[in-house]
Parts: sequence; structure tokens; C-alpha cells
Amino acid sequence: MEYFLQQLINGITLGSIYGLIAIGYTMVYGIIGMINFAHGDVFMVGSVAAFLVVLGIGLTGGSGILMILLALVLVAAVAMVVAAAYNWTIERLAYKPLRGSFRLAPLISAIGMSIVLQEFVRVNQEGRPKPVQPIVTGGYEIMRRATEAGEFIVRLTNMQILIIVSTLILMAVFTILIQKTSLGRAQRACEQDQKMAALLGIDVDRTISITFIMGAALAAFAGLMFFLYYGVTDFFVGFLAGIKAFTAAVLGGIGSLPGAMLGGLVIGLIETMWSAYFTVEYKDVAAFTVLIIVLIFMPQGLLGKPEVEKV
Amino acid sequence: MATANKTPVLTVEHVTMRFGGLTAVSDLSFEANRNEITALIGPNGAGKTTVFNCITGFYKPTEGKIALRHADGSEFLLERMDDFRIAQHAKVARTFQNIRLFSGMTVLENLMVAQHNKLMVASGYTVAGVLGSSHYRRAEKDAIELAKAWLEKVRLIDRADDPAGDLPYGDQRRLEIARAMCTEPRLLCLDEPAAGLNPRESEELNKLLRAIRSENDVSILLIEHDMSVVMGISDHIVVLDYGQKISDGTPHHVKSDPAVIRAYLGVDEEEEEKDALAAKAVAEAVGDQA
Repeated sequence: MEYFLQQLINGITLGSIYGLIAIGYTMVYGIIGMINFAHGDVFMVGSVAAFLVVLGIGLTGGSGILMILLALVLVAAVAMVVAAAYNWTIERLAYKPLRGSFRLAPLISAIGMSIVLQEFVRVNQEGRPKPVQPIVTGGYEIMRRATEAGEFIVRLTNMQILIIVSTLILMAVFTILIQKTSLGRAQRACEQDQKMAALLGIDVDRTISITFIMGAALAAFAGLMFFLYYGVTDFFVGFLAGIKAFTAAVLGGIGSLPGAMLGGLVIGLIETMWSAYFTVEYKDVAAFTVLIIVLIFMPQGLLGKPEVEKV
Repeated sequence: MATANKTPVLTVEHVTMRFGGLTAVSDLSFEANRNEITALIGPNGAGKTTVFNCITGFYKPTEGKIALRHADGSEFLLERMDDFRIAQHAKVARTFQNIRLFSGMTVLENLMVAQHNKLMVASGYTVAGVLGSSHYRRAEKDAIELAKAWLEKVRLIDRADDPAGDLPYGDQRRLEIARAMCTEPRLLCLDEPAAGLNPRESEELNKLLRAIRSENDVSILLIEHDMSVVMGISDHIVVLDYGQKISDGTPHHVKSDPAVIRAYLGVDEEEEEKDALAAKAVAEAVGDQA
């Protein structure tokens, strides 16, 4: 029971990170119908940018709690702006010229951009992992029980609280943005019928650019959290995290925002639970197997709308 | 409200549109006057919708010039503008033969999307909007009021929060017109607004269009096959056949133009002598309908 509770906490934390990345996949798919395969690497760019800023301002776990929080807000802001600038540029250079081309063209271009970003960071920042001392430390003891093997303690670390709470806040802000603001309405309109949206005076190109910027900002925040949580980042972290988040987006129903959040949670939980009770080596296999099973029986994903052919 | 001093709001000059070897519209020139209802009629495939597509920026005409003049004197060359700028700056709105509502959004949201640009400016491109500035909240409230006023006019106020795709066909048509009007257009282009409506509904449409014209600073360009609508509300009719203008004038003039009757009935050139008879017959038939 205690063990399960601990894994649940770990799973939700991991799932939050996946969910934040998955939103970028699902939004871009919703609005232009393509999978931005470079999105995982935009997450990586955000994470490496966060590392560089943390190093630059010399942030360590020794500072006061308020100081750390303020500094992290600054780090997050820089990482989000950098990643957004990257994603915006990628969209302009590699996807926009291919709009109206055959469907696979932007997809292949996206795979190309993924390699470009990875290699760019590898050459620029060197390939070795970039570790950092824990910055957000401490936590709470939730439960303690003596077992034959010694005491088992269920912990909720401050880092986990930070990740879960900030994810909840970001997702709430985001949902309001999409549901209640004029920008969100324009995005949903472009999702359904770009030509008609343009005829109502909506700048479709700009709306698409904003979508890429928003997705990148969330991914960069996830990148910062990932880097703080694991204490390390490098040029390759975007690959697996990206694939997992993409899986989460598909699992939840690609194009659906709540679906992306739910999918992230499910993937995170499956991974941690599998590692806890079965073999760690096969945790990725477990996550992808669940994806396959869901897709066989619910091709539209958990919360996706059934595909309706446009007339 | 046909004013004595007619000023053109839309001037189409020598517009030609070719698709590969096919010439859909050839050397077409006509004018639509301010605060008038101008109808564009013609047999199927005459190029009417192509003309609409050129005006609203769907297509760029191969040759020619399309100018739109606002009452304040500003002029826009539509053939050089992007489609969204035509809607945003030149203030041209349109509806479609096959309805294009955002079916997944609510009726009210459809009308709010149409007011996107002014809300974006008011919300400081969303930043101030998220922070909840009072300026933005007022703009949002005004936008909702405008939308609701239009819903009252098209009698859809009770269904404001239903998905637009759930409305019956006739309601969707009226909603599409309301949405176009929420962009506060100077030129409203309606592509077969009466298609699929029953006689009672199309009579109601006539009333709505007349009300729109007299209560707003808007000119209407209309494609329509339903002659009771065309003859009932148009101030001016332009007739196309095979991409060319064959007649242009008041409903009365067009009704009795032999060229129009020939186009609609397909009379051969050699059978000119029968034209006069046919003209009379059609004029009467059309007259009865109107």
C-alpha cells in the first residue's frame, strides 16, 4: 500500500511533465493536422536553456526559498522565450512553405528539424550530460511503516509539489485561454475551417504561429521541471520524452486538450507502476503496448472525437 | 432605400479568371452601388461563384481590377489583398452556397469569432485580456451584445448556446448571414442564400435582407436562382452567361432583355424571330413569380 502510494506520487509527477509536452503536439495537430516531430527537441532546447541560465546566475539549493522561487520564475521565463523563438522559427522556415503540399512533406521536414536541433545543441553545448546540484530540496513525510526490510517512508518532495502545482496552474490558465479568449476562439475556428476563418478577418498564419509559440512555452516549462527533477539534461533528452508525450497525445485523443493532459497522466502512471511491480527495462514497452491496445479498440483515443470525414 | 445619387461601392473592371485552359470569367465589368442590393444571376456554370471568389480573395483574378470604396473615400484594390485582409480592412463578408459554420462551436461563439480582430486589439493581443483589464471586459461585453442583437434579428436567441451544427438547415442559413454581419461589413456577398428554403422561409429572407440594407451601412451582392428573391429585392441585376456579362440593369430591364431570355431558354441564333414571343412569355412568367 505504501509502496503503491509512493509510485502514484511519482507517476503523477512524471505524467504532469508528459502532459505539458503533449499539449504542444495535440494543439499543432489540431490546427494544421501535422505531427511536429521536432517538438520533443523544442522541449530539450527549453531544458538546456534552463540549465544554462541556472548556471549563469549561479543558482544553488543553498539560497533562501523565496530567492529560489523568484530565480526559477526568471529561468522559466527565459527558457520559454528561447524555446518559443525556436519553434516559431522552425514553423516559419520548415513548415509554412510546405503548407498546401502533400501531407507527408511537413512531417519529413519535422523529422529533419528534430535532427537539426539535436545536432545543433550537441555541437554547441557538447554531448556530455549536464548535471546540476539539487536546487529545490526537502519534502514531506506522508507515511512511515516498519517492514522486515527496514522502514518504508512515503515521501512527497517539494520538487514534486512544485511540478504538480505549477502544471495544474498552467493547464488552468491554458484552458481559460482556449475556451474564453478571442485568441482561443480564433484557434478553434482555424482548427475547423481555416478558409472560413480567414474570410472573417482572422490572420490564419499568425494564429498558427501563436499556436507553435504556446506549445513551445509549455514544453520549455516541462523541460525546466524535467531538468530540476532529474538533476541532469543533455541534447538527447527530447527524443524519448518527445515520443512518450506524443504517445500521450495519441492515447488521449490527438487534437483534444483534456485528452493530452489525461494521456500524459496515464502514460506516466503506467511507466512508474510497471517499473515498480515488474521490470524497469520494459517500462517503455509497457507504455507503448497500452497505446496499441487503446488504438485498436478506440482509434480516436480516450477523449478524442470520432473522425468525421469533412465534406 | 435606393438613393438618387448612386455611388459605386464595388467596381469590377475587365476581370478575367482562367483555370488552365478554361476561362471561367471573361472580361467582366460591373458596378454595385452603395446601399443597394445587386444580384448576380445566370445559368449554372456562368461563373457567378468564381466572381465571388475573386472578390473575397479565394482566387486572384488572372486579369483585371476589383476596387472597393468606403463612404469615407478610402479605396481598396481587392485583387492585390490577402483573403483575411479583405475581410479585416476592406470589410467584405460572405456566405456560402454550402453553409460553412463552425459546427463544433456554439451559435454565440460563431458570432464572437467574427469579431475577433477588434477583440484582439482591445485585449492587447490577449495579454491584457488574460490579466482581466476592464477595457477588454467592456469590449467583450459589447461584442456579446452585438452578437445577441443579431441573434434577435434572425430569431436564434433561444439557441445561443447550442452547437451551430445542431441547428436545422434554414436556421443555419440565417446564422451564417448574422455571422457575416457581425464583422460589420461594407459589402455583404451572399451566395444563394435562398437555396433549399421553402417559400415561407425565402419570403422571410427577403424581409431580413431588406432590413439589413436599410438599417446598416452595407451594400449587398447576391447570387441567387430563386427569382422571387431576385426580383423581389434587387435594385440592380447583372446577368452572366459563360463567364460574360450579357445584361445589366434594373429588374424590369433585365426581365425583358432578349439576351437574358436566350441564355435561360437556350434559343438558337437562327430562331431570332421566335425570341420576341419567348421574351413575352418569360417576362410574364417571371413577373407572376415576383
